[in-house]
Amino acid sequence: MAEFIGTTKRYGTVLAADRLNLAIRRGEFLSFLGPSGCGKTTALRMLAGFETPSDGTILIDGVEVGAMPAYRRPVNMVFQNYALFPHLTVAENVAYGLRQRRPRVAREDIATRVARALDMVRLGDFGPRRIWQMSGGQQQRVALARAIVNEPKILLLDEPMAALDAKLRAEMQVELLNLQRQLGITFVLVTHDQQEALSMSDRICLMGKGRIAQIGTPRELYDRPANRYVASFIGRANLLPATVRGVADGRVVVTLASGDQVEVAAAETVPGTAVEIAIRPESLSLSPHPVEGTPSVPAVITNRIFLGEHIEFQLTHPVLGVLQVMVPRQTERMLPGADVGATFHVLWDRGLGQILAED
Amino acid sequence: MALSNRQARWLLLGPAGLWYAMLLVLPLAVVLVYSFGERGAAGGYQPAFTLAQYANLATRWTAFKNTLMLAPLGTVAALLIAYPLAYFLAVRVNPRWRTLLLVLVIVPFWTSILIRSYAWIFLLGGRGIPALLADLGLGDWRLINTPFAVLVGIVYGYMPLMFFPIYVSLEKLDRKLLEAASDLGSPPWRSFVQVTLPLSLPGVATGSMLVFILLMGEYLIPQMLGGGKVFFVGNALVDLFLQSRNWAFGSAMSVTLVAVMLVVVTLYMRFLKRIGAAREDVGLM
Ligand SMILES: Nc1ncnc2c1ncn2[C@@H]1O[C@H](COP(=O)(O)OP(=O)(O)OP(=O)(O)O)[C@@H](O)[C@H]1O
Ligand SMILES: [Mg+2]
Repeated sequence: MAEFIGTTKRYGTVLAADRLNLAIRRGEFLSFLGPSGCGKTTALRMLAGFETPSDGTILIDGVEVGAMPAYRRPVNMVFQNYALFPHLTVAENVAYGLRQRRPRVAREDIATRVARALDMVRLGDFGPRRIWQMSGGQQQRVALARAIVNEPKILLLDEPMAALDAKLRAEMQVELLNLQRQLGITFVLVTHDQQEALSMSDRICLMGKGRIAQIGTPRELYDRPANRYVASFIGRANLLPATVRGVADGRVVVTLASGDQVEVAAAETVPGTAVEIAIRPESLSLSPHPVEGTPSVPAVITNRIFLGEHIEFQLTHPVLGVLQVMVPRQTERMLPGADVGATFHVLWDRGLGQILAED
Repeated sequence: MALSNRQARWLLLGPAGLWYAMLLVLPLAVVLVYSFGERGAAGGYQPAFTLAQYANLATRWTAFKNTLMLAPLGTVAALLIAYPLAYFLAVRVNPRWRTLLLVLVIVPFWTSILIRSYAWIFLLGGRGIPALLADLGLGDWRLINTPFAVLVGIVYGYMPLMFFPIYVSLEKLDRKLLEAASDLGSPPWRSFVQVTLPLSLPGVATGSMLVFILLMGEYLIPQMLGGGKVFFVGNALVDLFLQSRNWAFGSAMSVTLVAVMLVVVTLYMRFLKRIGAAREDVGLM
């Protein structure tokens, strides 16, 4: 569908995008995720045609578009602050793209398609309104309608929900997903909100410092982070240094710095290698006693944080440092005495945890 | 002392209302009353109630004709020159150079209009541009004391008044809107017509109004560059009030000028509203 091939963008000495290689698939929902300044917007703007790559190319449908101006590209964008035309009505805004088509689209045809697009974003009756008569959430839907009415090959969205409150954002996320399913258009979303990316995307392209850190399904990024950066950016992780002890048919046993042996997920490595292990707080559990057959590490509870559905425990181990353990609310009842100051055993079930590659 | 809301409002509006009455309503009322009077035997004003002055207006038709031709023409010419300049400075120029270029636009206007008009007298006079054109074999041109000279002076003198409102409206134009237009398939020139131009219309309206209204009362430029051959209503008024001392007739001319101005301004505002510049989110003036 669209492809970045070694695409690089430099602003003076700033490397905003560094040799991006990425193939966007037809009909997928792809998110660019990453912290502020990592180059997400830059990547999107190169795809839209507002920036020309300093190096490398971009293909859309197999056609090289490196220097093709934005107005010739079969993509449309929903801007962060919507960028709606204040001198036009809602319907005129939505019709804008169709009116630019040459040969011209018939007037009745435009009207029908605008009405359909407005219906799709549930703004059917708002056509004659002025932009400044619309709320923020409504403006966002106008921006969406203005883009999808053109039936672009790719719909680009630059943090479209950043300006909405939490409740509205959750609603819009659902609406966006429904819309994408209905239309079958490829969506490319830029966001710095990992929850948004995890819940909406077919695939996430996680970026850091202008580079792609990992591309994969939300599950892959969460369960099998490629490196330390990914592990610490997506969700939370305990990062522990360890040494590989034994590798046998899909099982890797490592020794933690504390001397305890645990079994982690399969990886290509050899005994004796010094590695770093990432394990999610919810993969660990607590017990007042050691449990037969399950490796565990004793540690002192230093914090107990109520998060609603979960309780987060922070425990301190003299060698391993702080360990985070997330306990579901129901399980907490089976942990009497798990208060600050008590010593508990952190249980590490077989095969959980992941060896991280070098960054 | 407790003031009711209503009393407080009148108290606060008082000073402004007084200014308004003293500086605008009163002089206009005086002029209106005078316009129905007669010239005194020794000049000045003599009370009467007659429409004789108005009946006499046709004798000064040339002044009205010149004003009503050159004021709109000057406004349009100033617009045609100021708009591209403002567009260039507000949109195109590297922001690093913008301040410097803006200063360059303003600096000439730090000298008196009198001095600048003298400069134009020289430039347009026999030894100025016409001499240059003759040397180049481009024929024999007479520029000074023609309507053209007055037009040049007007455009030159009033350009900043046109320039700044347009510049401001273009400068605050959100660049994202142009990106959005481009994203939606519109090439640059069409984005200009469909987005930039309509959004800068409030500036155009303000600038045109300022220039047009002031031009209708212009006196100095026709005097200097028109050399008495191209004169405005303003020149006629100076003549009537200071030379022939016919205050009644002068007042009738003034009243007529104000009336014409009101009509033209009202029509212009209507027109702007029709093409959509007058929106509630963007103040027209
Ligand atoms: N027009 C520009 N001129 C110079 N530097 C730029 C320009 N646009 C972006 N940059 C730089 O390129 C880098 C990447 O910017 P980009 O806007 O792509 O980040 P981002 O990931 O979208 O961040 P955010 O989440 O804050 O929007 C940043 O360091 C930024 O300062
Ligand atoms: Mg951004």
